[in-house]
Amino acid sequence: MTTKHTLPVAVMALAVLVLWYAGAVWLNAPMATDALNRAGQGWTTADLIRATLAMKRPILPTPDQVALDLYNSLTGYPVTSIRNLLYHTGVTAGAALAGFGMGVVLGVALAAGIVQARTLESSLLPWVIASQTVPILAIAPMIVVILGNLGFTGLLPKAIIAAYLCFFPITIGMVKGLRSADPLTLDLMRTYSAGTAQTFRLLRLPASLPYLFTSLKIAVAASVVGAIVAELPTGGQAGLGARLLSGSYYGQTVQIWSALVMAALLSVTLVAAVGLAERALVPGARGGAR
Amino acid sequence: MPAAQPAPLTLVPPAADTAPRTIVDIRNLTLTYQAADHPVYALSDVSLSIAKGDFISLIGPSGCGKTTLMRVVADLEQPTSGEVTVNGMTPEQARLKRAYGYVFQAPALYPWRTVERNVMLPLEIMGMPKADRQQRAREQLDLVGLSGFERKFPWQLSGGMQQRVSIARALAFNPDLLLMDEPFGALDEITRDHLNLQLTRLWLSTRKTCIFVTHSIAEAVFLSTRIVVMSPRPGRILDVIDCDRDLPRERTLDIRESPEFQRIAHRVREGLMEGHSYDD
Repeated sequence: MTTKHTLPVAVMALAVLVLWYAGAVWLNAPMATDALNRAGQGWTTADLIRATLAMKRPILPTPDQVALDLYNSLTGYPVTSIRNLLYHTGVTAGAALAGFGMGVVLGVALAAGIVQARTLESSLLPWVIASQTVPILAIAPMIVVILGNLGFTGLLPKAIIAAYLCFFPITIGMVKGLRSADPLTLDLMRTYSAGTAQTFRLLRLPASLPYLFTSLKIAVAASVVGAIVAELPTGGQAGLGARLLSGSYYGQTVQIWSALVMAALLSVTLVAAVGLAERALVPGARGGAR
Repeated sequence: MPAAQPAPLTLVPPAADTAPRTIVDIRNLTLTYQAADHPVYALSDVSLSIAKGDFISLIGPSGCGKTTLMRVVADLEQPTSGEVTVNGMTPEQARLKRAYGYVFQAPALYPWRTVERNVMLPLEIMGMPKADRQQRAREQLDLVGLSGFERKFPWQLSGGMQQRVSIARALAFNPDLLLMDEPFGALDEITRDHLNLQLTRLWLSTRKTCIFVTHSIAEAVFLSTRIVVMSPRPGRILDVIDCDRDLPRERTLDIRESPEFQRIAHRVREGLMEGHSYDD
């Protein structure tokens, strides 16, 4: 399996790197040309390319610049230091996971309510959908301000914004999942004269798990986005969002890109963790459908 | 879901000698669905009495109401008029007392449960202790010839094996009455013959009362003590054929070549044709 996949994975990674370098040369060329002209001496194309790949504040930093910045940040300081990106990643991950937890509870509870009571579907679902049409960037500062007035700062406002983003896919997926039980299997439960609670626990809930986990993967990635967006208006000193903000204040594009890479790695890790949980909790999941 | 409470743990008590000989009694049953634009007459004035230990096959063209009739007995459908009793109770009371096991057209196994845990499902719902559940499930799987497959998942089994698991599941809580809705309809003929043989042995050894819906004349004649031939919609009973007089109780696949078998099969076919004639 793994050897069969090595080649395509390597080719894809190489293609991304080549495109990235090409983009860096192309985007940084005007600034590099200016700088070389100002230096006064003649320059060749090779000089220009070398200059575009080693700029202090490039429009697009190169992968090696980002990697070096990440390496310095991760190994040069203790994990508790605010100069270590892992510290910021941890802060963001904490808010994202707290929000994810809240989103799961809210999303599953809403789905269970909607499935059990038809009236909730018509009365509640429009509001759930409407909540997602409001841009998170618009509502995040307001949530932060309101909660700040009530005396809540730090993790909670960020977690709430993350939860706001991630409960929706969970509700939608879970409603579908709880209704996915085959009519025959529902008849079967009736022939056993199983009660509503037994039918829910033994049939509807396990039948919904594949749907739930698909939603959870979307939701956990969304919770990272939510936590980062929430860190922008809080003006906090810690978190990947704060790093992005301070990077853009001071034109530190390499720092921004390092934070972006860490955010991506965090999301990939969390989605993979959800995948592992799915394998552990859904027996026969790899066997596909019936 | 029903408002009535399910019966507590008790399994169906083995029928004592004092129990009525008639297990299922259907009188003047009529069932009409209200479809979007017109009423659909599914069953019309059906009367049938099924004795303990009978193996009854319901045969008829598609959509003639065979399945509907069985679903009424199982309290999965409500009749428009007429009376049905199961073990002397209404179908609902019988269902709440878990008087019957139901085998559907599809195996309807839970893909997230192993074979063994699928068979244990009804026992779990009825609140049997875990150790007993497991033992009972193993016995039932042994009975349908699936020992050694306890830990497999349904998708690792062939269609015929899955349907055997679903029969083991229906038998797990030892109901007196077994309702089977074309259980082998989706299987190939060789598997079907094999399962018919197994089923007839199972029926002989357990002495359950069986109601069996089928499209296959050969299957019906081979398995049944009595065959009920039904007309196209609205379903009515055209003929009730007694197989027990001419065929031995213990049957092998060879008897299908015997003249008695052929004669009964011919009569079933006649009945089915007669039902179709006024369709043209």
